[in-house]
Amino acid sequence: MLAGAHGPALRWAIAHQIEVGRFFDAADMVEVRQAHIMADSESLGAAGVAHLDSLAGVQTRIPTIPDPRGVDFAAYRRLGISDDLADLERRAVRAFEALGVLMTNTCINYQTLIPPVRGEHMAFGDTGVVIYSNSVFGARSNSKARPSALAAGLTGRTPRYGLHLDRFRRATDRFVVEARPRTLADWGALGALVGRAVNDYWKVPAIEGIVDTPSSDALKQFGAAMASFGSTPLFHIPGLTPEPFEYVGPAPEPIRITEGDLAALYAGYGAPGDKLDVVVFAAPQLSLIEMHEVAGLLDGRRVHPDTTLLVATSPEIKSASDRMGLTATIEASGALVLDGVCFYQSYAREMAEANGWTRLMTSSAKLVNIIAGYGYKPTLASTAQCVDCAVAGRVQ
Amino acid sequence: MSVLTLRCHPGIGAPITGAPITGRALVAADGFSARYDLDRNKGVFSRPTHKLAGQSYVGRILVLHTAKGGVATAWMLRDMAERGIVPLAILFNRVNPIIAQGAAFGAVPLMDRFEGDVTALLRTGDLLALDPAAGSVTVLEREAT
Repeated sequence: MLAGAHGPALRWAIAHQIEVGRFFDAADMVEVRQAHIMADSESLGAAGVAHLDSLAGVQTRIPTIPDPRGVDFAAYRRLGISDDLADLERRAVRAFEALGVLMTNTCINYQTLIPPVRGEHMAFGDTGVVIYSNSVFGARSNSKARPSALAAGLTGRTPRYGLHLDRFRRATDRFVVEARPRTLADWGALGALVGRAVNDYWKVPAIEGIVDTPSSDALKQFGAAMASFGSTPLFHIPGLTPEPFEYVGPAPEPIRITEGDLAALYAGYGAPGDKLDVVVFAAPQLSLIEMHEVAGLLDGRRVHPDTTLLVATSPEIKSASDRMGLTATIEASGALVLDGVCFYQSYAREMAEANGWTRLMTSSAKLVNIIAGYGYKPTLASTAQCVDCAVAGRVQ
Repeated sequence: MSVLTLRCHPGIGAPITGAPITGRALVAADGFSARYDLDRNKGVFSRPTHKLAGQSYVGRILVLHTAKGGVATAWMLRDMAERGIVPLAILFNRVNPIIAQGAAFGAVPLMDRFEGDVTALLRTGDLLALDPAAGSVTVLEREAT
């Protein structure tokens, strides 16, 4: 590949991987099963799409799947996104399809498409997918930026460093949870506190004191928030996560997380009384169970005319929700279900400007962490509280 | 004549030609997020609470603690380099894979893992010669304080 026998695209891909591998002292490459790429036109830009077009003529060697799109083609005009941005997204989609990428448009592939198996080596490029797959399944992936994930899709391998190796999967930090997270937002807040305290890709927290077995959706929020706040790619929960682990050195003194710490995190985003512009359920996309919960909360109610409520999910779950009547129930309230997108990677700043949105509520701790950089003022609350506020038109 | 030579891990993102990279340092005990810290059109640090707020990074050798930010920031270094509004190189204490991949993809020289805190060892205004292949940074000139 390096000599160019397989063409310039593969020469670029393997050269990139060798350069990264050398930097992290990788001894060799490891074959990976799947590659997952952050692939929306907002993060690609016109230059990124042009780069993809320049790779035309090659095919991915392993199943390669992308993160959510930047545009829901059925809904974007209602959200104030321009045709130019939609056209750029279409070009990106075509460029990926030409490479043989399977357009899954999801960040919850481990819930809805195919779960990784313990020990399976992957090249995943969404931090929520990486942390969940590594932690809850015991799979092995580093966080792959798009060029690296794409390179892995083309070559079928990745440099063997970091989380592919046992010694980087040992715990370095210890937490004892003295709070009892109840809602999905609570689990996200807990993940945020751990992530903020760890704040280092090369550290691995072990979390003790979890009393109530969390659901997949709870761990999804927990991990996504931890990765967002701390760049964390792996955590261990003794008795829950499957991979046996040891500490690097003697077990450290634990950091305790209390109910007060959770309350303080929420309070940091509080804005009681503010007019509520938009409520977003996303980051990550919703599972079928979450869609069912949201439908139940909205059934028979109307979202305030001055508030927009957006619910983002994957194409498979949108299809199931349509079939099961959940989409109809949600949209009868005035809310909008989005297909194959998330929110922050779907031109959130443009939407804010087009619609005059500032105050945002969500049950995703990951979203409150990043959305301020797009011009929003976010508030974190449970899904049920977000729905109540969407109906009232105010943060309560 | 050199004032000081620091050793670090061999770098990434540097041209294979191996010619030393020479430039003036801009140092802060702070992080680096291409998305949240920079005005990438003006080439300055724009986040008001950043220690280098208001300062231009164009053509400077940045010396910072670590890089922040998610997967999308890896693309930004390449975009910055293509537009010519980019640091000459970036020196960190320790980086995560995302920024390293971004440096390789964008061909922006990046070096880390120094013997000690690089943000304390170097000073703004130092004239540096970087040898990424060898993993060394030489201070050619340092302003007297």
